[in-house]
Amino acid sequence: MNTLFSQFWPYTIDGLSLGAIYALVALGYTMVYGVLRLINFAHSEIFMIGTFGVLGALHLFGMPSNVGGFALVGLVLALAVVGGVASGGSAVILEYVAYRPLRRNNASRLAALISAIGASLFLQQLFARLVIPQAFGLPKEKGALPVQGHFVRRTDVIHIGGFELSNDRLIVIVGAVLMMVLLDLFVNRTKLGRGIRATAQDPETAVLMGVNIDRIVTATFALGGAMAGVAAALYMLRFEETKFDVGFLLGIKAFTAAVLGGIGNLRGSLIGGIVLGLIEMYGSAVFGSEWQNVVAFSVLVLVLMFRPTGILGESLQQARA
Amino acid sequence: MRSRLITVVGVVAASATLALGASACGGNSKGGGDNVTIGFMGDLTGENSGIVIPPKQGAQLAIDQYNATNPKVKITLKTYDSQGKGEQAVPLAKQAITKDKIAGLIGPTFSSESAQADPVLEEGKLPNISSSATNAALATHGWKYWHRLIANDNVQGAGIGEFISNGLKAKKVFIIHDNSEYGKPLGETVKATVEKAGAQTSEDAIDPNGSDFSATVNKVKAFAPDAIFFGGYYSAGGKLIKQLREGGVKARFLSGDGSLDQGLAKGAGGTNADGSIIGCPCLIDPSGTASAASKKFAEDYKAKFHADPAIYSAEGYDAATAFIEAVKAGNTTPEKINDFLTKVDKPGVSKEIKFQSNGEPTATDVYVYEVKGTQLPLLGSAKNATVK
Amino acid sequence: MNDTTNRNPLTRLRDGYSSFSDSLHDRWATAPRWARWVVYLVLIVVAIILPADGIGSFMSPYTDWPTLLFFPIGGYILLAIGLNVVVGQAGLLDLGYVAFFAIGGYAMAIFGTKMHMDFWEILVVGVLLSAVSGIILGAPTLRLRGDYLAIVTLGFGEIVRIVAQNTDYIGGPNGIGGIPHPPTLTEWTVPDNGFFDAIGLGGVQPFKYGALDGKPYYYLMLLVIVLAIIFSKRLENSRVGRAWASIREDEDAAELMGVPTFKFKLAAFAIGAAIGGAGGVVYASQAVSIIPNNFPFILSATILAAVVLGGSGNLPGVMLGAFLVAWIPERIRGLQEYRVLVFGGVLVLLMVFRPEGLLPSRRRKAELAEGEGGMGGLGAEVGGPVTVAAGEVGE
Repeated sequence: MNTLFSQFWPYTIDGLSLGAIYALVALGYTMVYGVLRLINFAHSEIFMIGTFGVLGALHLFGMPSNVGGFALVGLVLALAVVGGVASGGSAVILEYVAYRPLRRNNASRLAALISAIGASLFLQQLFARLVIPQAFGLPKEKGALPVQGHFVRRTDVIHIGGFELSNDRLIVIVGAVLMMVLLDLFVNRTKLGRGIRATAQDPETAVLMGVNIDRIVTATFALGGAMAGVAAALYMLRFEETKFDVGFLLGIKAFTAAVLGGIGNLRGSLIGGIVLGLIEMYGSAVFGSEWQNVVAFSVLVLVLMFRPTGILGESLQQARA
Repeated sequence: MRSRLITVVGVVAASATLALGASACGGNSKGGGDNVTIGFMGDLTGENSGIVIPPKQGAQLAIDQYNATNPKVKITLKTYDSQGKGEQAVPLAKQAITKDKIAGLIGPTFSSESAQADPVLEEGKLPNISSSATNAALATHGWKYWHRLIANDNVQGAGIGEFISNGLKAKKVFIIHDNSEYGKPLGETVKATVEKAGAQTSEDAIDPNGSDFSATVNKVKAFAPDAIFFGGYYSAGGKLIKQLREGGVKARFLSGDGSLDQGLAKGAGGTNADGSIIGCPCLIDPSGTASAASKKFAEDYKAKFHADPAIYSAEGYDAATAFIEAVKAGNTTPEKINDFLTKVDKPGVSKEIKFQSNGEPTATDVYVYEVKGTQLPLLGSAKNATVK
Repeated sequence: MNDTTNRNPLTRLRDGYSSFSDSLHDRWATAPRWARWVVYLVLIVVAIILPADGIGSFMSPYTDWPTLLFFPIGGYILLAIGLNVVVGQAGLLDLGYVAFFAIGGYAMAIFGTKMHMDFWEILVVGVLLSAVSGIILGAPTLRLRGDYLAIVTLGFGEIVRIVAQNTDYIGGPNGIGGIPHPPTLTEWTVPDNGFFDAIGLGGVQPFKYGALDGKPYYYLMLLVIVLAIIFSKRLENSRVGRAWASIREDEDAAELMGVPTFKFKLAAFAIGAAIGGAGGVVYASQAVSIIPNNFPFILSATILAAVVLGGSGNLPGVMLGAFLVAWIPERIRGLQEYRVLVFGGVLVLLMVFRPEGLLPSRRRKAELAEGEGGMGGLGAEVGGPVTVAAGEVGE
């Protein structure tokens, strides 16, 4: 308890930057869920592919070191594009291979969930056994181990008393919020966004109104994947390393965040992510880090008991049975 | 019910084809003349295979060297990939005993799989020597066929604890562990040892699969320790060092054998890990400064595998040597080999190959290594090593 | 769409399999009572001689076949039967089923080592404890719908594991070692004569639970599985089973028709949990030591995969699914480090070509054909015929 008071600002900043990454990844879950009512379990692997895209790009163009200041902002922007393309692209391929045939057969959502789990295992192992050893020139048994890259020079941009804000955390938080706003504008202001909302609300009517469902689904996966890719770039900025199962725990947390905020609801993802990040940090401070996940899930259960559809409720579509 | 049969047949056919394709690499050739098979069980393809491949190679080297002398009874090494999981190690152990009828087993390499597989080996009367399972509780079951050639976590924890108190003279020690069956007891032993020497302590745990340890970092900052001990594996340890240093924590970092890998420094980045001290009951001595035997082993190992000896490779070599000595003395059945192991006494590469009656090695040396760049040069024994 | 000859061979294969399993289904449904009993009897005899060496050398060349039959194969089948009650019959998505397996396992470990209770006593206690924990989990959360329930159950599974990890009384991350085996019932040995040798059972002591021979444990698991099958089958054909079906198909309608949905959902959770707990007790009685990491989330996902792969709601299907999910990764050990990769790919392919499962339940199939429960109405009845045709032209 004492630690929480003496280190209140560090815990808060860390919680916010952790929550910002959760929130960005949660967007992918929430969008796919909104449109297809599908828990895209392989989304964690989409994130993983993004981190390797980013790391691969860094290696390919010569690993920079000690980047700071505005150069870092520029680098992160470039990496976000790389991650977004890698993740967005693989999300579209994933949909095409693992989900589209099931949609055609009107398979149960449970079947799609199993397909997602299978795809998730496949992608993890593909990277651990083939991609990582090949791409990073590692012996095979090291494919399952973390791959590092060190390029960030960390400095405190704000330093007032106990309140310290380092450049990487600032970029993570600002970047995530910025992406959220952009996505929100996109979904609410563009024609494609309208199509997504219409499909989420009532797919049958949307089709009758001339919405091309396949295009909408592809766009949904591409956008959700791209958000995970940007999250991957921010993650790499913050932690500078990744491994084949990096998405696993993070994916579960992000999905929890999506449910916490109200799944299917874009702004809910932001709230859910931030709340979850803060709870985890404060919870660790009070109960010890080994209880972090227990605290997080307990809060989730409590919230759902009082608000069965999450903090903000489901808004991309009407509440469904 | 026929459809079930048909499906099964279909899948069987499919997997049989797969197996055919793969059988070329998994062959267990039984040549003419006398032959004894020794097994090696551990995580050969899983996440922690990086610390299991070196002892396997060490054992391979010992056996190849022995076979090259053209002995009357040759030895074959057969590998069992348990992925470090007990539920896979148990059926593999049974297979090794009842079907493959091997004469001895090196491994299982990890403590948790050992706890499940060792009772099977015991009932199956198969002598086994682990080169890296260090959990202290393993020696308390009265197993006759179980041995290890590495000092346990209590010995290691006490050794490192003494080094923290005497070698480093640290007064405030922060203990972090990864909540695993390896990291937690090790951390607790270190904690108890330094507390006995009068140090003030605090502790926290991390989730090794997580990536954000900032909650722990903040706790360490609040405590402001002189030294930090981490009980856990290097993949989490590297991340932890990095985040501690970025958080402005300058205290010396120490860890145990699970972190004795170049990956620790690489994960920590730059010079973050420099000066960290890693304790281990194992001997890693690529430059061969410890002894003549160690020097020869390092040279042979390099010649064969084009890599420096790594963690537990000397122990794997010694475990294989124990079995080789037994076979040399004319023992080829598990029972006789086990009898021989009770009295074996031969200088090995890492330590004297000699067991106590409960299967523990008689040697209790703990060595400390200092991280310098990505190298881990040997500092010396934990009892008397000093740092600048 | 009008010319079926044009379709690719895989699709034709799939349709062929489909009609084949349908006709089989029909024949079974109309078979006389005695014929069914003959089939049951044959199945039990097959199950009894299954661990024989001759079968094992083909089914499992890399690892001990009887132990494999006990766990993972037998264990997964039992867990799949239990999860099928929750997912297949009541239609509740449970992603933390491993928690009940863990509770059963820890019951065996704690009562066996600390209170020196007998396996059979613990089996009863463990089953009851798991059922109670199912109710404790269900009571506050079963009012949640669909995927909210899924994430809460997932959280519950993690909470159970982490609490076990953080509680020193039950060994923390070290888990519990020295768990006793079940007491030997009788030293009776199968006679070593020609007949029993031929079927590979000569000299086996089927009721003596040592560490080395996996067969007695397999028979123990078999017994529990048979009991679970009878129990689950009786439930399915009772008032409870019909209530579950109505909840699965339309919960609101069921409630309106006077089905106390909450009570029945809770019952499904408790029964599923009890079966999972039984699995945990039996597993731990063989394992000697258990640690919290024996019960990871991925096990929940695997069992769920088994249920769906086999055909959610249909017992033979679910068991077949569990068998395949447990057996394939062991059988393809020859592929070494690529086996999980292959396994993941196979999972996707099976779902793509046979989304209703290998042996689907008739009723579930009918429900799906109506379009309810499909992927958000984005399936056949919306983009179906038109877009498929367009896609094929494109190819």
